[in-house]
Amino acid sequence: MSTETPLVPVGTRPGSSTPGPVRTRRRLPRYGAVGLFLGGLVVGALLTAVTGGFSIALTVVYGVVLGTLAVYLVSRSVEGRRKATDRLVTTVVTSAFAIAMVPLVSLVYTVLDNGLDRLDSEFFNSSMLGIVGEGGGAYHAILGTVIITALTAVISVPIGLLTAIYLVEYGSGRLKKAITFLVDVMTGIPSIVAGLFAYALFALFFGPGIRLGIMGAVALSVLMIPVVVRSAEEVLKLVPNELREAAYALGVPKWRTVLKVVIPTSIAGLGTGITLAVARVIGETAPLLVTVGIVTGTNLNPFDGRMATLPVFSYYQLTQPGFPPEFGIERAWTAALVLIILVMALNVVARLITRFFAPKTGR
Amino acid sequence: MAKRIDVSDLDIYYGNFKAVEGVNVSIEPRSITALIGPSGCGKSTFLRSLNRMHEVIPGARVEGKVVIDGQDLYGADVDPVDVRRQIGMVFQRPNPFPTMSIYDNVIAGVRLNGGKMRKGELDELVEKSLRGANLWTEVKDRLDRPGSGLSGGQQQRLCIARAIAVEPEVLLMDEPCSALDPISTLAIEDLMAELKERFTIVIVTHNMQQAARVSTSTGFFNLGGVGQPGHLVEFNPTEKIFSNPEEKATEDYISGRFG
Amino acid sequence: MTTTSAPPAPAQPKRRLGDRLFAGSATGAGILILVVLAGVAIFLVTEAWPAITADSADLPDGKSLAAYIAPLLFGTLLAAVIALIVATPLGVAIALYVSYYAPKRLAATMGYVIDLLAAIPSVVYGFWGIAALAPAMVPFYGWAAEHLGWIPFFAGPASTTGKTMLTAGLVLAVMILPIISAISREVFGQAPALHREAALALGATRWEMIKMAVLPYGKSGVIAGAMLGLGRALGETLAVAIVLSASGGITFNLISSSNPSTIAANIALQFPESSGLAVNALIASGLALFVITLAVNMFARWIVTRRADFSGAN
Repeated sequence: MSTETPLVPVGTRPGSSTPGPVRTRRRLPRYGAVGLFLGGLVVGALLTAVTGGFSIALTVVYGVVLGTLAVYLVSRSVEGRRKATDRLVTTVVTSAFAIAMVPLVSLVYTVLDNGLDRLDSEFFNSSMLGIVGEGGGAYHAILGTVIITALTAVISVPIGLLTAIYLVEYGSGRLKKAITFLVDVMTGIPSIVAGLFAYALFALFFGPGIRLGIMGAVALSVLMIPVVVRSAEEVLKLVPNELREAAYALGVPKWRTVLKVVIPTSIAGLGTGITLAVARVIGETAPLLVTVGIVTGTNLNPFDGRMATLPVFSYYQLTQPGFPPEFGIERAWTAALVLIILVMALNVVARLITRFFAPKTGR
Repeated sequence: MAKRIDVSDLDIYYGNFKAVEGVNVSIEPRSITALIGPSGCGKSTFLRSLNRMHEVIPGARVEGKVVIDGQDLYGADVDPVDVRRQIGMVFQRPNPFPTMSIYDNVIAGVRLNGGKMRKGELDELVEKSLRGANLWTEVKDRLDRPGSGLSGGQQQRLCIARAIAVEPEVLLMDEPCSALDPISTLAIEDLMAELKERFTIVIVTHNMQQAARVSTSTGFFNLGGVGQPGHLVEFNPTEKIFSNPEEKATEDYISGRFG
Repeated sequence: MTTTSAPPAPAQPKRRLGDRLFAGSATGAGILILVVLAGVAIFLVTEAWPAITADSADLPDGKSLAAYIAPLLFGTLLAAVIALIVATPLGVAIALYVSYYAPKRLAATMGYVIDLLAAIPSVVYGFWGIAALAPAMVPFYGWAAEHLGWIPFFAGPASTTGKTMLTAGLVLAVMILPIISAISREVFGQAPALHREAALALGATRWEMIKMAVLPYGKSGVIAGAMLGLGRALGETLAVAIVLSASGGITFNLISSSNPSTIAANIALQFPESSGLAVNALIASGLALFVITLAVNMFARWIVTRRADFSGAN
């Protein structure tokens, strides 16, 4: 410690209890706001009970309004206007968040609740061939989805990656602008329109009424390519220019620099982006509905006739469950559940790719 | 292997903007040439034009001649990729490849060019280059670790090792010490004094003490004025530049009475 | 090569074979995208053309093409607008909560969960809408028809299945909620720490800090997110096809069981059983949808690109 007299604001002495230069305002106790809000909720519940029967929706509406009001008014009288506004916004934002989570939680719960019953081995082992009523499964649809999605990836990944490489490493001028713009436009194509495009394309050559697995893959590629381009472009842009220059300065040609320096550096991001793009198209239903259709048996040849796919299977089992309907509806929910599980699994894989393949700094 | 560089009437453009104008200079083999001058005067641009690195920036081009051992670098049939193999470069910020180990970083130039070498030869090359960059003793036990795990000064010496591993004839250094602490800077300066025996070195620096310490010749670049191209004001032996410069502008800049 | 008065053409060195091949295939892939998009437009027009030129008597329902598409278009826009009105404030609230109110560790998890929800296939949202939301809304529809019947939106008679335009709009809202909140969260997170700290250092409360330093910065991002959500809602097919009881014409009545369908849902419902000119009419309606979503997305992109674009490369 220095021996000099410490600087002390005028009017205060060290050790004294006189307030320092910072005015302390009166504040609500730590959990005061939460308590007030809960109080409001309880009053709201009582109010609904008194006015006419207990209803969860009305309780929430009354409760949130009353709770918010309580917090605002008390805080305003104790802490002043600015602090009260702050608390008001906090309450509103938090309530809105909670309300928004309700349907999302309800969705997951509903699918689990309805889908778990038929999540058995029969579901994965049998097709719908000759099934009326109970039993049956989505074996054919799962394989169809895997085949069509794989075909989609085979079409989309090279085109998407090369386009991204063009945009980041080679592109310039008008063509680059045009492609960037059109990729953006493609991102917004409604999935049903992509399906119609594939149908129109194939109908022109094979006549109307055509349904093929490959048509579905073409339709899904229209949806997947822009996603791959966008994510790959973002990732490639993150590779520092210094690394490219370091390679050029060693006399490495540009294409080798891209292949051996730029892509290895961004491989984790590229893998993540592609996985998420697959997750995006694997659940697409509408384009498959108009291009691939549905069958009850197993068809593994995407170049020959209709195929079953999980989303379309799920949709038809729900809307045309047959008789008695409950078995079809059960299968529909289980198919939806399997679809969600697939998407989630792909998302987890994407995360793991980021974690394990990102360049190591070693520090 | 060190070569002489002759630059004549060199103008450098970015699109329509003329960045550097009318440079005429001869750089001696086995010497260190320092380029000094205020920010934005074109000394880095000039340096990058010596191995055609400035072409990486879209729209950049040059007029004039850069001749190394009788060959014009900008001749119609010259591939910039070949130029860069003969003229190595070290950048301002250390930039080892993050996906490669220390070992792989050193041989990156050989391997990225698709060269085939036996393991023994590669090992020899790595040791020779790292010794050449005064880094061998510090990293010999962790050659398989990522290069980005080293300290800033070590990373920069790794980049020097990477540059000299391809046996260039000239070594260009663009403010190689500006991102380093004084001790690492000293290590690099010592290294440059050794490398001078084998390479022609051109270094851009903002640090005039550094220029005075390490270089045999010094060039002073300056701007003609705002929006005008930079040009080479004076090129002389370092001793002369720092004790008795020919140009008033040089003296002002060195003595800090600039502007 | 000495300086001449005219700038000489830059020396064109021979380019390596590898470079030529690689650059060529990358450029080719880019051009392929141009071709595909042109293909989408051309093929849709080709297949829609018979319906556009056909006599109205030959079209489904014996109406002109415009009369056929108009109610569908109306339904599409109505459902999407309901979704947008409901989802935008909630999406922004989620983003604000996750970025600035939630405890740090919780926030990271929740951000991830919301991203996951954005990836749930839309058909599943339709399932949820018909199984959970529609029945839950029935009592409200009855109450609204009784007490709020004087508002045209709630004119009734109330649907007893819950398969109404409002339900469809709400399902779409839930569906685009993760999209809007994910994009808003991203831009809110990018609000410069410097500005936020400057606001706090001036003694701003959390809300004042958000108002000063976050919202102005994130406004265009929120709008862009909402537009992307709108594009998604306009083009959504099966969620609507499942939850909407479509049997009516143009009406603002949101709670009855006779509603106009949407373009996409109509295609999904009619296409598998259609043939001949009916297919062409459906494709013509798809073309109309394509044009609308195109306009919405271009508007969204325009808003986004108005902000300066910083990139790492070049």
